[in-house]
Amino acid sequence: MSTYHETVVLQGHIIDSLVLAKVLDLIVMMGGTFDLEDVCIGKTREEPSLARIVIRATSRSLLDDILKAIQPHGALVEGEADCRTDQAPADGLLPDDFYATTHLPTQIRLNGRWLEVDRIEMDLAILVDEQGMAARAVPMGEVRRGDRVVVGRAGVRVIPLQRPQERDVFGFMESHVSAERPHGHVIADVAARMRRLRAQYQEGQPDSKVLLAGGPAIIHAGGREALTWLIEQGFIQVLFCGNALAAHDMEADLYGTSLGYGLRVGRAVPHGHEHHLRTINRIRTIGSIQAAVTSGVIAQGIMAACVRQEVSVVIAGTIRDDGPLPGVITDSVEAQNAMRAMIPGVGLALLVASTLHAIATGNLLPATIPTVCVDVNPSVPTKLADRGSFQAVGLVMDAASFLTELARVLGRQA
Amino acid sequence: MSRLLVCPPDFFGIEYEINPWMRLSNRVDHERAVSQWHTLMEILEQELGVMLERMPPIPGLPDLVFTANAGLVVGRTAVVSHFRHPERQREEAHVERWFRRQGYDVMTVQTGLHFEGAGDLLGLSDTWFGGYRQRSDIGVYPILSEHFHREIIPLELIDNRFYHLDTCFCPLSGGELLYFPAAFDLDGREVLATRVPTEQRLVVPEHEALKFACNAVCVGKHVVLPAGCPRTESLLQERGYDTHAVQLDEFMKSGGSAKCLTLALD
Repeated sequence: MSTYHETVVLQGHIIDSLVLAKVLDLIVMMGGTFDLEDVCIGKTREEPSLARIVIRATSRSLLDDILKAIQPHGALVEGEADCRTDQAPADGLLPDDFYATTHLPTQIRLNGRWLEVDRIEMDLAILVDEQGMAARAVPMGEVRRGDRVVVGRAGVRVIPLQRPQERDVFGFMESHVSAERPHGHVIADVAARMRRLRAQYQEGQPDSKVLLAGGPAIIHAGGREALTWLIEQGFIQVLFCGNALAAHDMEADLYGTSLGYGLRVGRAVPHGHEHHLRTINRIRTIGSIQAAVTSGVIAQGIMAACVRQEVSVVIAGTIRDDGPLPGVITDSVEAQNAMRAMIPGVGLALLVASTLHAIATGNLLPATIPTVCVDVNPSVPTKLADRGSFQAVGLVMDAASFLTELARVLGRQA
Repeated sequence: MSRLLVCPPDFFGIEYEINPWMRLSNRVDHERAVSQWHTLMEILEQELGVMLERMPPIPGLPDLVFTANAGLVVGRTAVVSHFRHPERQREEAHVERWFRRQGYDVMTVQTGLHFEGAGDLLGLSDTWFGGYRQRSDIGVYPILSEHFHREIIPLELIDNRFYHLDTCFCPLSGGELLYFPAAFDLDGREVLATRVPTEQRLVVPEHEALKFACNAVCVGKHVVLPAGCPRTESLLQERGYDTHAVQLDEFMKSGGSAKCLTLALD
């Protein structure tokens, strides 16, 4: 269900005359809703008051009817102006008064018409192309001297999220974090989305990819097989992880351990702490994860499934990485850009067992992408919401239990 | 001494229909109209001691006689009306010229906004009330309020028979309000109840309101009103006003009465 909105301004002696009350009553009576964006009440009897009202309606015609009904009472559509732009003073520098984005759908007004800002993401700037025909969100570092950057707030409008038609856990698009609630229905809703998205992806439909950002706890906790199955069954198209997840996944294939802990025997094995280093060294010797899989050295697991299913993988490095594995992007800005490039086309994001990757991915996602954050630590989904990704549904549970249950609901035989 | 602007009814008649009272088939008895107008003027001049300024009538402008709608005069400033109906917009240039010749500072409202002068903007104590919805646009009031530093409370007019504020709302010199509540919506009635104490509000019964009892001219303790409104007269007399009833039914054919035929200049 989409909503349409318009901002109107009402001024004069609108309080004592009950004109403001009348206008608000009319909006509601006709089936619209409103937000009082700004109310300035005159300090003396002679001084006029001013109210800025955002009116919302479920259809353009209803909105027009409401505007028509309130216009005789003095409510005028606020004068719309084009956005202002200024040139970037140097590479990587934004003009002083640059507009900082939210991750909500955003439009700018150029040459009298509203343009959608492409690739919206929180905390970026808006770049306008030379012809003034297109706009996209860009990180500070990508700006080049002379680029046209939107400045000020005039001519920019942010469109609040519409409640999706699906009546599932994502229907509210707002953070729910609780360890106290049953997980079953959330997992069932995620599974239903994934099943639908897989069908859409196979038909070549847009925004049908599923992104998983995960941490090494997936391997340690025993979620490796379930995730491998999900990838092999074509439920996941994009994987964001760090050096550790990839290293321990391949360690498990080569040595049957994860960080030296025997996954089957259930205890630390002698000299097991060397296994991940030997794994990394082995892959470095081969030259790439891809080659290690195609040559048969790595036969099973998450990375092998990703190579076989042609999943897009971005492995972002961190300060304490061993090795790292070939393919790990150690420049964090470069890693961020590589992750950003994978976001278009994503229709669902699963952030599993990683504070670092969950927050980083959350910051790159537009608010329109349904997101689930799974962690045993409730502070992770809370932190994600605090950083602005309010659309994420938080699930406080162990990564392995989540992935195993998700795979089971999607048809994996235990 | 009060000064009122009037315009002789030489060319008064019904030449179009722009309110529910007007019927082209309902011919004005011109001689009678002229005589009624002169009676009104006599009362104003001789009994009330009003000084009358006469604006020359113009052929083809039958409603120029209703000077209340020509504009609004505040001190030496004249705000010239911008009528809603094109039929009356033809009066604007003539009115503007007259005010300029008389030495007034002429102010016009913003293009696109309609304002029908003292027909829709009336003062009671410190507050001005502005009728809107039928003829004047609410948007003119913030402009006038800012210009004259006055509070202007807009009142929505909901009955097209009472198309100007002065057809249903008459402030009296003692602070009372003579009015017909049903011409206003509930918000407007509530506002008036808040602004004017109960004992100061004189409610005109509907059958007299329909004779335009509220379209009265109040000068000091005298009130000139259309004939046939005994209840209104007694309401006024109870408050110590001398009433002067004048037969003005020829002008009612056009939807106007005593107040519509005058514009306060001071």
